[in-house]
Amino acid sequence: MENVGVMMTTPMSAYLEQQLQQRFTLFKLWESPSPTQSLTRRADLVKAVVGDTKIGADSELIDSLPRLEIVSTYSVGLDKIDLEKCRERGIRVTNTPDVLTEDVSDLAIGLALASLRKICACHAFATTGSWKNGDFQLATKFSGKSIGILGLGRIGSAIAKRAEAFGCNISYHSRTKRQTKNYRYYSNAVDLAANCQILFVACSLTNETRHIVNREVIDALGPRGVLVNIGRGALVDEHELVSALCEGRLGSAGLDVFENEPHVPEPLLELENVVLLPHVGTDTVETSMTMADLVVANLECHFLKKRLLTPVI
Amino acid sequence: MAGDEETPPALILHHLPNFKLSIFALLRSKYTVLDPLDDPPHPSFPELSNAARLMLCAGPTPVTAAVLDRYPALECVVGSSAGINHFDVAACRSRRIRITCAGDSFSDDVADYAVGLAIDVLRRVSAADRFVRAGSWPVRREYGLGSKVSGKRVGIVGLGSIGSRIAKRFESFGCSIAYTSTKKKPNIPYTFHANAARLASNTDILIVCCALTDETRHLINTEVMATLGNSGIIVNVGRGALVDEKALVEMLVSGEIGGAGLDVFEHEPRVPRELFALDNVVLSPHHAVLTPDSLGAIEDLLLANIEAFFSNQPLKAEVQLEFAS
Repeated sequence: MENVGVMMTTPMSAYLEQQLQQRFTLFKLWESPSPTQSLTRRADLVKAVVGDTKIGADSELIDSLPRLEIVSTYSVGLDKIDLEKCRERGIRVTNTPDVLTEDVSDLAIGLALASLRKICACHAFATTGSWKNGDFQLATKFSGKSIGILGLGRIGSAIAKRAEAFGCNISYHSRTKRQTKNYRYYSNAVDLAANCQILFVACSLTNETRHIVNREVIDALGPRGVLVNIGRGALVDEHELVSALCEGRLGSAGLDVFENEPHVPEPLLELENVVLLPHVGTDTVETSMTMADLVVANLECHFLKKRLLTPVI
Repeated sequence: MAGDEETPPALILHHLPNFKLSIFALLRSKYTVLDPLDDPPHPSFPELSNAARLMLCAGPTPVTAAVLDRYPALECVVGSSAGINHFDVAACRSRRIRITCAGDSFSDDVADYAVGLAIDVLRRVSAADRFVRAGSWPVRREYGLGSKVSGKRVGIVGLGSIGSRIAKRFESFGCSIAYTSTKKKPNIPYTFHANAARLASNTDILIVCCALTDETRHLINTEVMATLGNSGIIVNVGRGALVDEKALVEMLVSGEIGGAGLDVFEHEPRVPRELFALDNVVLSPHHAVLTPDSLGAIEDLLLANIEAFFSNQPLKAEVQLEFAS
């Protein structure tokens, strides 16, 4: 398989690079003097693309690779891949479901706790000497709060399971109602937001779900509500989110994703009622390696004509 | 037993000058509150305090033998903390003075906070938040990798009201739970270890949430922390003195332990400066009980216990002192 050309779109993982280098002829899209130049020279050699949440395989890239057989994304999200085009061209697509579910749901709970209990602000307070003058302000209890989950997929369900251990009651909105134990279903995001105190955004980004958390949803969540987004920035109308947080119409937010990463809206950088993370939902030593192994394994399966492990198309 | 028909029963208020609870005003309306810090003092303070049977100890105000000697008729002290390390317990025992504490009032909040600190340390939540606020994300592109929480081995020092709640929360993360305690508890599905060192050698996340007593002072010492090692982290929501802070700081700075989330310190409000620069350390100003829910719960409990005492009803959250018969 050493002659098989695989193109990585970004420097997503040194370990993954190394693993791909060992097995295939690796092209790095970011190292060429100009991406278009690189593509023209090597276009015929590339049979696989490994993309991530930053650069996937859009229409332009796919069109420029006539021999492309498979897109293996280093993510579970597919929003950066032109799936329609892949279907047309008969290009296989794999992603990394399940292996990252725990990390993302752990971080979702961590963001909720950090927001409600003001952990980051407590740390800042403890390191400035202010404690000598009195206690830090009160925070808000997490246990027993009502939780709303947008998208009760693998990640949403894992968030629900953890929140239940804190005595929280769970509601959700999803495209389809599930056969779940004690979770209350709402047919739309606004009703869900109106009936919970902490809203977790855990659905995939599609044309239908873009800005599913809009001004109406944010207002329904309210001045004591908490928004936690570990899905995709574009699931939330970021402009509305920023003004709601600045004006106090939304209580607080824990955000791992943004509409225009790595850029975070300036006003958020000054607020005390937000926790801001640089898209680290799956960034642990353990999971980054497992994800990489799955990407490589899917490619090997494809080129050895075996069944793909985690196919999307 | 109430006071006589005219005077409401007397209650000694024992607190530090800056420490107030919102129920003080209500107490003054219901009882004869004797506060030695009142200026001017209650006109009958000497004779009333001499006969007072109940004290409210608000905050971690030391209840020493000398304090108890001032109130010879004391039968009970109602305390507002989860711990009783600020009490001279032997002095209470020998005078047959009953003690009540916070019971479960804070337990959910403290358990939540312990989990929040652990996730923060392992996933670098506070450090990554600082990275973003500093404007570093567009420049440096990647923050770096943290450590997975789910599936890790959790070791709990003190499986009481708080520790058992912490265990339940971590179980939902697929973590295995082990503990150490003064003695093994019956009908508990978690692995028991006879001492903190044995526990630490099988643990990735060490949670310290036991009571501070003469026996548990510096329970988490150099040996325990060395055994925990650089892939392990410590979360302390108990008392600062449960951990040898000097050794802890050295081992965190040298990287011999993998990280720490600390809500308590040996000399509050002093926080070791050497820890400020470490991204794998999360510091907190004894904040785990500071929510309206916990404060409301303790105030309800205090009012209930004071009322119960004066009505000869059973007390809640009483500390078992085992008076000599």
